[in-house]
Amino acid sequence: MQSVIQVNNLSKTYPSGFQALQHVELDIRRGEIFALLGPNGAGKTTLISIICGIVNPGEGTVLVDGLDIVQQYRQARQRIGLVPQELSVSIFETVWDTVSFSRGLFGKPADPAYLQQLLRDLSLWDKKDSKIMTLSGGMKRRVLIAKALAHQPQILFLDEPTAGVDVELRRDMWQMIRRLRDSGVTIILTTHYIEEAEDMADRIGVIRAGQLVLVDDKTSLMQKLGKKQLLLQLVTPLAQIPPALASYQLQLSADNSQLIYTYDAQQEQATIATLLRQLNSLGIEFSDLNTRESSLEDIFIGLVGDAA
Amino acid sequence: MNFYAIKAIYLFELARTWRTLMQSIASPVLSTSLYFIVFGSAIGSRMVAIDGISYGAFIVPGLIMLTVLTESTSNASFGIYMPKFSGTIYEILSAPVSAVEIILGYVGAAASKAILLGLIILLTAQFFVDFSIIHPLWMLTFLVLTAISFSLFGFIIGVLANSFEQLQIVPLMVITPLTFLGGSFYSISMLPPLWQQITLFNPVVYLISGFRWSFYGVADVNVGFSLAMILLFMTSCIGVICWIFHTGYKVKI
Repeated sequence: MQSVIQVNNLSKTYPSGFQALQHVELDIRRGEIFALLGPNGAGKTTLISIICGIVNPGEGTVLVDGLDIVQQYRQARQRIGLVPQELSVSIFETVWDTVSFSRGLFGKPADPAYLQQLLRDLSLWDKKDSKIMTLSGGMKRRVLIAKALAHQPQILFLDEPTAGVDVELRRDMWQMIRRLRDSGVTIILTTHYIEEAEDMADRIGVIRAGQLVLVDDKTSLMQKLGKKQLLLQLVTPLAQIPPALASYQLQLSADNSQLIYTYDAQQEQATIATLLRQLNSLGIEFSDLNTRESSLEDIFIGLVGDAA
Repeated sequence: MNFYAIKAIYLFELARTWRTLMQSIASPVLSTSLYFIVFGSAIGSRMVAIDGISYGAFIVPGLIMLTVLTESTSNASFGIYMPKFSGTIYEILSAPVSAVEIILGYVGAAASKAILLGLIILLTAQFFVDFSIIHPLWMLTFLVLTAISFSLFGFIIGVLANSFEQLQIVPLMVITPLTFLGGSFYSISMLPPLWQQITLFNPVVYLISGFRWSFYGVADVNVGFSLAMILLFMTSCIGVICWIFHTGYKVKI
């Protein structure tokens, strides 16, 4: 069995009447890093919350490791760790106590050696006896990760893990997440920072208005939807684009010194050649040329923007 | 059964008591001592004995009950309300625990603390008045059953409360008046006949009466009836909690 989480036809309507999820179908593969992208209110947190047991599912089923999250919630939930979006942690406790509490809550006997290693990995060991209220925001975020990992889950959910975290800590966290993945943990995350999903994820799902609009390998997603741009540095700035080139839908940069041609990476290599020939025949000279691939962010905005 | 989870919640809750030692233990002990000084020693010395018991000794069971009821209700309600308020409830909800385990943890801790307090006040009372306990086992039974019942009751309040104000209002506006009017400081037979009838609708009357019986062998109402009332109250609370968890009302959406 390949998938570690199977979401089948999952829908959720809140008592207010808001339909947060509509017929979501999703398979998460064992050992992958899966990034869930979507604008605020798209249903990312609802989806995670249902799988983790915080929100009741409406219609549909979710299987974790083949176990139904409602019928076999004990075995299913023992496999899952959750790092919530909010910094919700009881501030009067010490780091050590709260991590030990989490381990017990998930039904595991005490294991000080493991917890010590966990806190060391998260650079929290020297803070183990500190009360959580004395820690910085970034430290609290690490405490939440330590709590989620305290019972050695096979699946880790990270809901916006790097929101409000400085660059250095963010880098540390991603390194830790990679290490976890290497040790066999499946990771599902939501993030604002698309370049992180681009950098980290094996597969990406895009959710919009409660519907999973797309799930794909990151690389094939970028190939499929990726747009390329050809930038031509002109020798003499153009006042306007010659009418003869209208079919290419070219753009001029703000200072009129660059011609920008956007094309689909999949095909149309031929059009570049014809464009260049045509420019040549029109006597438009260029000193440099450059191509650039669209980032996941461009793709994402394209997808989400389409609906608006 | 996830025993590790029960233990984790139980210890977490007791640790909270330990952190707030002054507020949790010292303040009820102090206020009860004041009651003993004022009602027991100062006023009590001028009061006639009730059913052959000196007034100071007469109020001991009632004062213990006053503390046990208030403390078990407020502790259990606070214990479950805090995670809701701070958002840490996510962890409890996502953990492999059933409602039974959650209740055993929270209610068990609140009840333990209330029982401990009751016993501490019992010891404190020894310094102010002379009294003996005729049925110590029944005394413990009443103490434990009451602590558990009102911790269950507090748990319900904590789950249903939407604000700190709502959390405070039940102990303040319901439990305290019922206890004061439930015969903590007087015998029901001292009331005018009409009030004797009305007061029988106050459940606390049965608790205090039964508890006092275990001390001195005298009661306002039949002891069996007292026991039945506590068990009825406890069962009703368990029923409400089952319903809350079954429907997810105010807990999950």
